[in-house]
Amino acid sequence: MFESLSERLSGILDKLTRRGALTEEVVNEAMREVRRALIEADVALDVVRSFTDKVRNRAVGQDVIRSVSPGQQVIKIVHDALVEMLGSTAQPIDLAAVAPVPIMMVGLQGSGKTTTSAKFGRRLSERSRKKVLLASLDTRRPAAQEQLRVLGEANQIDTLPIVAGQTPTQIADRAMMAGRLGGYDVVILDTAGRTHIDEALMAEMAEIRRIANPHEILLVVDALTGQDAVNLARSFDERVGITGIVMTRMDGDGRGGAALSMRAVTGKPIKLLGVGEKSDALEDFDPQRIAGRILGMGDIVALVEKAAAEMDMAKAAKMAAKLKQGTFDLDDLAEQLKQMQKMGGMKGIMGMMPGMGKMAKQLEGANLDDKLLKRQIAIISSMTKKERAKPDILAASRKRRIAAGSGTRVEDINRLLKQHRQMADMMKAMKKGGRGGLAGMLGGLMGGGMPDIDPAMLEEMARSGQLPGGMPGMPPGMPGGLPSGLPPMPPSGGLPPKLPGLPGLPGLGVKAPGSGFLPGLGKKK
Amino acid sequence: MSETEKPGFFKRLFTGKSDAHVAEAAAETAKLSWWQKLKTGLSRTSSQLTTGIAALLTKRKLDAATLEDLEDLLIQADLGMTTASAIVATLKRERFETDISDDEIRKVLAAEVEKVLGPVARPLDIGSDHQPHVVLVVGVNGTGKTTTIGKLSAKLTREGRSVMLAAGDTFRAAAIEQLKIWGGRVGAPVVAGEQGADASGLAFEAMRQAKDAGTEILIIDTAGRLQNKAELMAELEKVIRVIKKQDPTAPHTVLLTLDATTGQNALNQVEIFGRVAGVTGLVMTKLDGTARGGILVAIAAKFGLPVHFIGVGEGIDDLEPFEASDFAKAIAGIGE
Repeated sequence: MFESLSERLSGILDKLTRRGALTEEVVNEAMREVRRALIEADVALDVVRSFTDKVRNRAVGQDVIRSVSPGQQVIKIVHDALVEMLGSTAQPIDLAAVAPVPIMMVGLQGSGKTTTSAKFGRRLSERSRKKVLLASLDTRRPAAQEQLRVLGEANQIDTLPIVAGQTPTQIADRAMMAGRLGGYDVVILDTAGRTHIDEALMAEMAEIRRIANPHEILLVVDALTGQDAVNLARSFDERVGITGIVMTRMDGDGRGGAALSMRAVTGKPIKLLGVGEKSDALEDFDPQRIAGRILGMGDIVALVEKAAAEMDMAKAAKMAAKLKQGTFDLDDLAEQLKQMQKMGGMKGIMGMMPGMGKMAKQLEGANLDDKLLKRQIAIISSMTKKERAKPDILAASRKRRIAAGSGTRVEDINRLLKQHRQMADMMKAMKKGGRGGLAGMLGGLMGGGMPDIDPAMLEEMARSGQLPGGMPGMPPGMPGGLPSGLPPMPPSGGLPPKLPGLPGLPGLGVKAPGSGFLPGLGKKK
Repeated sequence: MSETEKPGFFKRLFTGKSDAHVAEAAAETAKLSWWQKLKTGLSRTSSQLTTGIAALLTKRKLDAATLEDLEDLLIQADLGMTTASAIVATLKRERFETDISDDEIRKVLAAEVEKVLGPVARPLDIGSDHQPHVVLVVGVNGTGKTTTIGKLSAKLTREGRSVMLAAGDTFRAAAIEQLKIWGGRVGAPVVAGEQGADASGLAFEAMRQAKDAGTEILIIDTAGRLQNKAELMAELEKVIRVIKKQDPTAPHTVLLTLDATTGQNALNQVEIFGRVAGVTGLVMTKLDGTARGGILVAIAAKFGLPVHFIGVGEGIDDLEPFEASDFAKAIAGIGE
């Protein structure tokens, strides 16, 4: 999400931070580059213009140029302006109305309305324990109603029975009736895709709105949309008065510029993000955090949330107990690797870690992301119970057997064992270290104040981002206690650029133990 | 005014103004061309594109400020920074500081765009060298693969060719039903499996059935996939590998559908699908909105892949051949 835009912007801003003093000309030059980066990310031209004007005015108007770290100041200004562009506060879906609360999904063909309807339905029923009814009003595209029915079935959400020959308005009427009679909390109306200049269909949409009186009207927009995004958002808003926006396909490698323009153009908040094909790939939208991600500052909150959502509480508690004793066997390591896999692999986690966006990219380049996790899990699965509990007994012959069993090589097994040893050592150290170890880590995560980004922190991040090793450059005080959880990251060179062998892994693996404790965080919260 | 002799959609553009064409095009006027729809659409949105440029350029020197505005115009049509700058640079070289009227500037602009698009406007040629001629349709989710297949098969069956469809989108719910409905509409048999079944297995089966039935053209649908999902692209590679087992020369045509509303990401789509699936030609869909698909200019400049069709609506006939001059005019805002 936003990776390539993020990369461009941090590149431009990096240049500023490296300079001791800033002249107006330097700022202007940087803004020209920012303009270009935003345009190439498909941000609407008008929005780009007002954005760069805003940043330029603030940057030259204030005492920025004379301040101690002018580059950091500019980054802060860019960050703030981004947050403003995205709408300063998060605005979640509003369900505060008399049940059944009607929610209407509108948008162009192929923007992802039906998929989003199903994801959203699942989320409401699972997370908010709502009784949800899905109704497809799409009588135009062949098999569209069938599609929603199948998705509903797959996710255990009720769908309105299909009655052939009904018009969309009749279906809307029937859906609301069924919603009332069936005691549903929410009725999601999935409408047919339409272009905003198709007068007949726009009129139909207005009519559906009149009948169902939806509490939320969500415009579903493909994040890969180009400059036309603003036209369509405006038109839909003018015709039906949308209450919010859902951006889909945020998991593409698009630069997500459409998402940046939406709020500025319509004044309506982005409420949800579609981030994958699976029915649970739907995220809340928070401008602060998204702005952080765009500037390569990571998104710790998302990481914690994701960890909390994916974590198996019972397993985590068991792990915690084990760690207290200072034991950490290969089964535990496998567990950690699986957790990491669930959380989107190393790349997913790194992308959310402040200052590590670039590393995530390099990992991707080295193509060792998820395959490696899988392979390591396979290695551990090929061991006997005894071997997993006592890796010391692994003689050469056993290793050869494991290598054959897991389709790997003996070197891979040695590497994994080394990684395990380092982690186990760290666990012991943590046990001794008390507050400095795990507790510090927890405290750091909790009280770190990640979402509020201050210039001093930015400076450190920028600095760490510039260092080729990434990790070594991370100052001790960086985002809370995180670094204390990362000691085994090899001090020599770290990951990039060539990844000789897999020196970075032990360190990476270590993040998992950190996350193993995240449920605890959730509770504290 | 019209430079094209072909009757067709560009002629329809001007039926409102040109009396000579009214009679022969009367039958077609009921259906708006994409450019007409685009115009009405733009006038209805708050976009100042077309009006803006007129106000800008009436009686004015082609100075730096005007050039910058022209560049903005092109950017807003999704041409992207690089292509927009290149085109404007050409204008600057040739006409800088000359007096130029609104009409002229648009013509020059259109001519520049057409220069890029001309070479890629090539009709889809489905020869009879291969039996069956295998057409694989690929693209990102929601770009209109299945709909395009429906329209294309209608066109081919109308031409008297025998067509078989393969419901290779085994991922999306009801995608198989959707293709079956299209098959029913155009009278083409549809080879389908279960949802969730292996797509390459289905492709293999479809190849076998098409061979047995002696079908001339087999069109294989695929599941939509984002080009940055490595595992999904690997799955697509496998589909192609399996097709080749039955006929090493297949697929003979690989069409990539591109959504006209897509911005700069379309470049990546062409690049990666091109590399993985060996795309032979493009279809630009959803030109019935206000998006003008300017990214196609950047794509033409960079990849030179043929553009065969444009999709202009949900109807069975809403697939038109791609005409470079019309497209260029639409981007430059000529024709109102």
